[in-house]
Amino acid sequence: MAPDAPLLAVEDLKVHFAVEGRRYRAVDGVSFAVDRGRTLGVVGESGCGKSVTSLAIMRLVSQPPGIYAGGRIVFGGTDLLALPEGRMRALRGGRIGMIFQEPMTSLNPVYTCGDQIVESLRVHSGLSRRAARARAVELLDLVRLPSPAKRADDYPHQLSGGQRQRVMIALALANSPDLLIADEPTTALDVTIQAQILELMKDLQERTGTAILLITHDLGVVAETCDEIVVMYAGTIVERAPTQALFADPQHPYTIGLMAAVPRIDVEAERLATIEGSVPPPWAELRGCRFAGRCPLADERCRREPPPLRPLATGHDVACWYAPIERRAA
Amino acid sequence: MIETVANRLLLSIPVLFGVLILGFALVTLAPGDPARVMAGPAAPPEVVAQIRDRMGLDDPVVVQFLRYLGRVAEGDLGRSLISNRTVTAELGAAIVPTVELMVACLVWSIPLGIAMGTLAAVWRGSIVDRIIMTISVAGVSLPIFFICLVLIQVVGVQWRLLPFIGRGGPLWTVEGLRHIALPALSLGLIFIGPVARMTRSSVLEVLRLDHVRTARAKGLSERRVILRHGLRNALIPVVTLIGLQAGYLLGGAVVTETIFSYPGIGRLAVGAILSSDFPLAQGAILVLALAFILINLIVDVLYALLDPRVQRR
Repeated sequence: MAPDAPLLAVEDLKVHFAVEGRRYRAVDGVSFAVDRGRTLGVVGESGCGKSVTSLAIMRLVSQPPGIYAGGRIVFGGTDLLALPEGRMRALRGGRIGMIFQEPMTSLNPVYTCGDQIVESLRVHSGLSRRAARARAVELLDLVRLPSPAKRADDYPHQLSGGQRQRVMIALALANSPDLLIADEPTTALDVTIQAQILELMKDLQERTGTAILLITHDLGVVAETCDEIVVMYAGTIVERAPTQALFADPQHPYTIGLMAAVPRIDVEAERLATIEGSVPPPWAELRGCRFAGRCPLADERCRREPPPLRPLATGHDVACWYAPIERRAA
Repeated sequence: MIETVANRLLLSIPVLFGVLILGFALVTLAPGDPARVMAGPAAPPEVVAQIRDRMGLDDPVVVQFLRYLGRVAEGDLGRSLISNRTVTAELGAAIVPTVELMVACLVWSIPLGIAMGTLAAVWRGSIVDRIIMTISVAGVSLPIFFICLVLIQVVGVQWRLLPFIGRGGPLWTVEGLRHIALPALSLGLIFIGPVARMTRSSVLEVLRLDHVRTARAKGLSERRVILRHGLRNALIPVVTLIGLQAGYLLGGAVVTETIFSYPGIGRLAVGAILSSDFPLAQGAILVLALAFILINLIVDVLYALLDPRVQRR
């Protein structure tokens, strides 16, 4: 593996679901890369395929109905999709950690928080029970749970949502992963707790050098935490850019719509801005641009030919025939 | 934990009281005259009247019940009208065989039912799943007396593999095991079906939960995910079901013991009722009710052990 190769490179990934004879193209040709120690945000609305992408990297999409229909997921030089299950298992929770959206239900209610971390530690590093237990308390301290030794003996139902998410982060970081996948880690939490959890993740990243893949629908979250952002729509990437550039100058009509839809306190508006229409159903056979049905700029060509993701001078990659779009022209 | 047990024990007091009332009422209001049974069919009416008077059968029902309560409190359940031995002695002799039968039945049927249900869930939709579910439906739908008769006919009479009458001795002896095999097999068969079905649906439900995905994301082997994070959680409703099935188990024991002439509480109760041996019937009903309460107490304790969320409530 070349020294400058990215830690994780997803190349033209396609994940489909075969349900009742129909084929749902949940992820349809997605490519992005995450470098060591960096944070990549994946943004999009519900059902755009962002969670499926993250599960696919862990190879946790259940088959059937899931089908890895194409592409590669190269992590540390190896294609995960070609890896035997045993070696994939060593990576899960080892070199790749994952945090889920629902802290309330993501921990097993019948084991103590400490036990659940200990289990992961022992499976991967073969620590003795005592050493693993000491390490688990250390990890709970690292995620700033007060009195970690006591919390380790608590069952999940005895903790609050924010505390449980801290336990999940400790669990995901247990074996010092190179990559942390966080699938909507703050969505289920109060706003103040959200900020604390994001700050904690950033802080831990600085200390451990872990790369983070942050999946979210919340533009505010990515703005604060990510180095680079990928915008997904209906299973494809419509725009990819460094955070600053994306927020300063969004190029895809969908991204522009998303940003306009964020309520602003300094602008008076009668109604909140929305994007007209809704996401095409995932079984729809779309020939052209998937956003064409909702796009104010769409013409015949957009409906006929899918626009490729192509680089612009501004450091953006955009999948739109009309890019570069003069800002706020839409 | 101790608190849970103490709570459940307190709650069983009214149940026990209800059982005493019911047992007393059943026997008192049932047709047939205990004095006549004691005196024998040929006895003159004066003798019967004398016995009625001595037993206090002409007193008001409430007085009779209070007297009964007082005696029960002293541990005196009366004497069998037929054998004239004390009811406690008769029951004492029958309890051990019945407990042995329960143990011999549960020790194989519950683990097997759970294993079958788990396999069916893991291989859902496969041929294994279908075979297991067919067996368990058969187990649920076949009446126990039929199972008993078929086993006696095939295993006992045609193949001459196992004895099918009476008890051969304590459970740990070879003869004891040989004699208990068929009754325990029949009784267990009715238990496997519900346990397997409940385990299957419960495991399927748990395996869809978020924490199982977390377990997979930790890099655990599929076996460990299913056993430690799936089955462990899925057992909670299964244990509840086993508690609910305890009634069937005791009822099944009555039938099984009668068919196999197995000297347990169930056969004792049937015999006592058929021969109008009222004190013995009352005693047997009391013991069966106590067993039901005890099984449910054990289930509650297990429940608290399995689910930490219960303990603290």
